[in-house]
Amino acid sequence: MIDMTQQAAPAVATPPAPGSRQTDGRTIRRPLVLRLLARPEVGVFLGAVAVFVFFLVMAPPVRDGSSMANILYQSSTIGIMALPVALLMIGGEFDLSSGVAVITSALTASMLSYQLTLNVWVGVVVALVVSLAVGLFNGWMLVRTGLPSFLVTLGTFLILQGTNLAVTRLVTHNVATDDISDMDGFDQAKAIFASSFEIGGIQVKITVVWWLFFAALATWVLLRTKYGNWIFAVGGNKDSARAVGVPVTFTKISLFMLVGFGAWFVGMHQLFSFNAVQSGEGVGQELIYIAAAVIGGCLLTGGYGSAIGPVFGAFMFGMVQQGIVYAGWNPDWFKTFLGVMLLGAVLINLWVHRTATRR
Amino acid sequence: MTTDNTAARGAAPKDAKDAPKDTPPTADRPVVELRGAGKSYGNIRALHGVDLAVHPGKVTCVLGDNGAGKSTLIKIISGLHQHTEGEFLVDGEPVRFTTPREALDRGIATVYQDLATVPLMPVWRNFFLGSEMTKGPWPFRRLDIARMKRTADEELRNMGIVLDDLEQPIGTLSGGQRQCVAIARAVYFGARVLILDEPTAALGVKQSGVVLKYIAAARDRGLGVIFITHNPHHAYMVGDHFSVLRLGTLELSAARDEVTLEELTNHMAGGAELAALKHELSQVRGVDVEELPDAEDLTASAAPAAAPSEGKS
Repeated sequence: MIDMTQQAAPAVATPPAPGSRQTDGRTIRRPLVLRLLARPEVGVFLGAVAVFVFFLVMAPPVRDGSSMANILYQSSTIGIMALPVALLMIGGEFDLSSGVAVITSALTASMLSYQLTLNVWVGVVVALVVSLAVGLFNGWMLVRTGLPSFLVTLGTFLILQGTNLAVTRLVTHNVATDDISDMDGFDQAKAIFASSFEIGGIQVKITVVWWLFFAALATWVLLRTKYGNWIFAVGGNKDSARAVGVPVTFTKISLFMLVGFGAWFVGMHQLFSFNAVQSGEGVGQELIYIAAAVIGGCLLTGGYGSAIGPVFGAFMFGMVQQGIVYAGWNPDWFKTFLGVMLLGAVLINLWVHRTATRR
Repeated sequence: MTTDNTAARGAAPKDAKDAPKDTPPTADRPVVELRGAGKSYGNIRALHGVDLAVHPGKVTCVLGDNGAGKSTLIKIISGLHQHTEGEFLVDGEPVRFTTPREALDRGIATVYQDLATVPLMPVWRNFFLGSEMTKGPWPFRRLDIARMKRTADEELRNMGIVLDDLEQPIGTLSGGQRQCVAIARAVYFGARVLILDEPTAALGVKQSGVVLKYIAAARDRGLGVIFITHNPHHAYMVGDHFSVLRLGTLELSAARDEVTLEELTNHMAGGAELAALKHELSQVRGVDVEELPDAEDLTASAAPAAAPSEGKS
């Protein structure tokens, strides 16, 4: 503290009085509405409200509490994964392997416990190690080679997709794993990853709680910690960040490992709610996660976004997916809706980016 | 609560301040010194046999045309690249930095022309990026936002930069303002040596003046400044020592009293080459060579000044 006050000595002959609230008066304070709209999560919040109201009007069953719980559950399975994907995107990269990595994690836990007749917790822990290792590989390849994350993770995506199918067939001689619901530790693990509880007579899945908890944690980390500052910096300008001493390599690799953690969590949820895993699933999910992050206001090029935005992004997904069913429409329209939402979000992001960097 | 980093590096300028810049022992020993340093990228020799000394409270200007090796030189000093020949000394002790972090920890801060800031991040976050102030015990250790904003505001005001809103993305500031924020930042974080990579290159006349003023302010605070530029006029306004690079070697190394602005300009432009260019232009119809200086004037003024050149290989 002493040296700080010493440094505060005036440097130029006539410094403006320190601490005085004088301003340079060249910036006009913009209206509150405009300033709010420039926040990354406000656009998607309005979008989510619009979609919510739309389906409240169009699909009467949505008004029921249990349908709402169902919609939230649907959103949470996307939302938990959309959070690390969003952080990674703010950090300037994206991960195409995240969809199949979920299945890889579930397959690992399931087959290891079943084939070796171990406590399921052993499988759960090994699956976590495998998921983190996939993230580490992605991140390490990226920083070592300097290749774009599109190429690196496209490679991992194909490797995992093929390995999922081949190893499952090799081990179980089937396309799915065996039912593990009667194994040791199953009930414990199910209580954590896939149970549900009752609020006011409505069954709510525990993933909804995990989703909101992770979202709060991610928001805190992003806005209130050093690490969060580094995420914005490596995504916004990697070279500047490196030059001022931000550990760019550590930040990028750990972000990929965070996606691995998310894949593990969602994988465990799928395993313990369905007791078995289909080895060919997960393909295409990675784009859903990326779309949820982009709709949530994250800039695909990095350096801008929030953790709360993707929560609303995932909610929009869950809402549309279930809302179409409740409204009695053809579910084929789901993807069309998504496309429109995605494009709308991208246009808003573009406008925000221009406003934010305008001189 | 300050982080260990900030505390350690915050202490650095205290030493520089305690020892006034006119005291011979500190003024005589360079903070940063290169002895016959060079750098090869594979079979390309980008820099060779360069001597450079940076003293506290002095501005060392490094001039050179595009491709002369200026960037390679600062990359070695700032820790982005390693030298492949010669010696690089900090406080008289040989060093070899592998990351910019190590250079920063030794008090060497670099302000880059284009990559000094992260445009979409607020001014105060940029100011503390990489050396954030935190509070609280580990699992709940968080940014001390109020203190960072207050400190950033004070430091910027002390440097004469007044901003309406520290929350605005730094990308919304003008080029000169951004440079000044970066300089204020380096000074605050206890830099003893400030490397400025063409800070005036993309700026207008007035903004260049503002940046030059902060270079002088940093010098008066006892910092050693390495000012990289290809504008001899800017260099001559603040410089105490001038080193001209050409094709990776030192063409001229002279103190301020040994060289005039005209000579400096000539060396920068490559006096002999200009004479040849004038001859070529005279072959082209429509170019009035009468108005241009004579070949003799160009070479003659360049010749005596080349004598004190030390680093020629």
